Amino acid sequence: MIDFVEANKSASTSKIKNMTFFSLHFQDIVFYTLAIILLIAGLRVITTRNPVYAALYLVLAFFTAAGIWLLLEAEFLAIALVLVYVGAVMVLFLFVVMMLDINLDKLREGFWKALPVALPVGGLMAVEMVMIVGVRNFGADVVATPAARPADYSNTAELGRVLYTDYLLPFELASVVLLVAIVAAIALTLRDRKDSKSMDPAKQVLVKKADRLRIVKMDAVVEDAEAPAAAEEAK
Amino acid sequence: MENIRYDLITAVPEMIVLGMAMLVLLVDLFLKQSNRIAIYVLAQVTLLVAAYVTFSTHTPGVGYAFTGAFVDDTLSDVLKLMIYLGTSLIFVYTRQYIQVRNMFCGEFYALVLFSVAGMMIMVSGQSMLTLYMGLELLSLSLYTLVALDRDNPRATEAAMKYFVLGALASGMLLYGMSMVYGMTGSLNIADINNALMGGAKIHSVMILGLVFIVAGLAFKLGAVPFQMWVPDVYEGSPTAITVLISSVPKLAAFAFIIRLLVQGLQTLAVDWQQMLMIMAVLSIILGNITAIAQTNLKRMLAYSTISHVGFVLFGLMSASINGFASALFYIASYVIMTLAGFGIILLLSRKGFEAEHLDDLKGLNQRSPWYAFLMLIVMFSMAGVPPTLGFYAKFTVLQAALQAGFLWLVVFAVLMAVIGAFYYLRVIKLMYFDEPLDHHPIQAPLDMRAVLSVNAGALLVIGLMPQGLMSLCVYAVLGSLS
Repeated sequence: MIDFVEANKSASTSKIKNMTFFSLHFQDIVFYTLAIILLIAGLRVITTRNPVYAALYLVLAFFTAAGIWLLLEAEFLAIALVLVYVGAVMVLFLFVVMMLDINLDKLREGFWKALPVALPVGGLMAVEMVMIVGVRNFGADVVATPAARPADYSNTAELGRVLYTDYLLPFELASVVLLVAIVAAIALTLRDRKDSKSMDPAKQVLVKKADRLRIVKMDAVVEDAEAPAAAEEAK
Repeated sequence: MENIRYDLITAVPEMIVLGMAMLVLLVDLFLKQSNRIAIYVLAQVTLLVAAYVTFSTHTPGVGYAFTGAFVDDTLSDVLKLMIYLGTSLIFVYTRQYIQVRNMFCGEFYALVLFSVAGMMIMVSGQSMLTLYMGLELLSLSLYTLVALDRDNPRATEAAMKYFVLGALASGMLLYGMSMVYGMTGSLNIADINNALMGGAKIHSVMILGLVFIVAGLAFKLGAVPFQMWVPDVYEGSPTAITVLISSVPKLAAFAFIIRLLVQGLQTLAVDWQQMLMIMAVLSIILGNITAIAQTNLKRMLAYSTISHVGFVLFGLMSASINGFASALFYIASYVIMTLAGFGIILLLSRKGFEAEHLDDLKGLNQRSPWYAFLMLIVMFSMAGVPPTLGFYAKFTVLQAALQAGFLWLVVFAVLMAVIGAFYYLRVIKLMYFDEPLDHHPIQAPLDMRAVLSVNAGALLVIGLMPQGLMSLCVYAVLGSLS
């Protein structure tokens, strides 16, 4: 909210039209609503006691962040954020959180002991960073507002063009990093369990008749016609 | 089209290493246990071919590829050749160690090759994004390698610590980079420099970015006050991995610093000089004094690394061509020393026994006078006793700092080096004047014995004739910075 007031102060001094406190643009209203929800959701992610709620608050944070990206005309990124993070990553995350039995009290151990040191240090850093990354250095009068794109401008096409030309090398490297992640995950977790009932197709194919089938030679026995009847009676 | 061809030709060594890493993974699946040695050969051949390509395509000029995100200059080529050589030595030293511990598998070699590729990208990165991707490729491979011996709880704990703290450092680095990007509007190192040269950017924002970048880099380098992971990870990892973590990645980290701080943010030199100075002094104090209290050899070498990093920072904070060249010389000497030192530790380890305590070195002279002598050279070199390489390395770094006007800091560093000599000399005392506790014969393959002897001998030979290595370092730094 400090940013908000500051922005208006600087705006009114530089006499920009339509930026006074009482006549907000529709976009501004949307932005501030989303931003406030995002901040609250982000705060709740780390303060809520229940990890499932924390994951759900993170979903909310992703949704509102996607909304802010939409305002910035980054439609593709916004949709990708919702699809990939909300749709896939967070669902997986929720499953993991629900499957693991996390003892929260143990995680919170030492919280009050560390607080007297952590709070001043963290608070000081936060204040410093707000002072530097605030309106004074990044306000509308310092950084030029980007011009709005025409309606037929394709965010997706532009992203694709840049990704496969200017950023080809980092893009390919990202795929190598993912490959290493796959190798790492498999190398660290794949175990041949002794009690697993897995099949080895190679061995199955190599099986011969003799391995499975034992032919036993037996003398022919002449069936006694009365024997079944006798057995019945015995029962 | 012509552009793409040039791009690809410039990055051929990287592509060879990456391609072969994948090939090693595949070939491993089709090999019987008895033929596994083939992947070792394949990995060594990869390094050899990559070295040949790097060497034969070397030109004194500077070539940019991938729209300026990748650079091929003297620094990158020299550092890449050093990385191949160092990794090749690591392969020789660790073969037996990982064989007897059931870690001899395709993943080990593939991951080491991936980490080499990551280092090569870091060395050649010319945009913050490329540098970061290279760093992540390196780090991710190293985290996995530490945990590869997965039934070893100490290794798993070390991997966890390394991973969590490493991720934190990456986050800090990225935050700093985002600040620089926000101010200069470019990820490209050259463009950042031009933007900073061109106009007055808001200083406080740049400093905030710089602080985060330096903190992230210091973490990766293991400089105080971001050193807490170093002793635990060195001690916990299998020695075969410790030797990797402690040696060649430092070369890549050096290149990272040169690219980012010197080539990109040289207009802020006054500011990062102060930050490096504080870290250099603290690293030398903490490294040398804490090492005295260690009984674990790997932990002791970890603190010794911290103090060596302090000396490297002395060279870097001089912020002159001379200073950078001497810092590169120090890093190269450090890599040779540390490879030989861990080589001896690997040599003394055997199935079911880890030579990692100082007591394990007791009476080494009676068991094997030759290896005791090699360890003596290594320890003298680390302590900086003339005529070994370590002496000359310390000398050039301090000389550069002296020229930059840091007289009192140099005096202080010399005093600290004297304190540090204590724990190196204690190792020598244990080897020569104590009775051995362990009487097992030392078993090692012939190639390892030979390479180790050459490696430790090089400390003496290069120490006596440092001009060759020094002129190589000056050539590398001059070619890419001027």
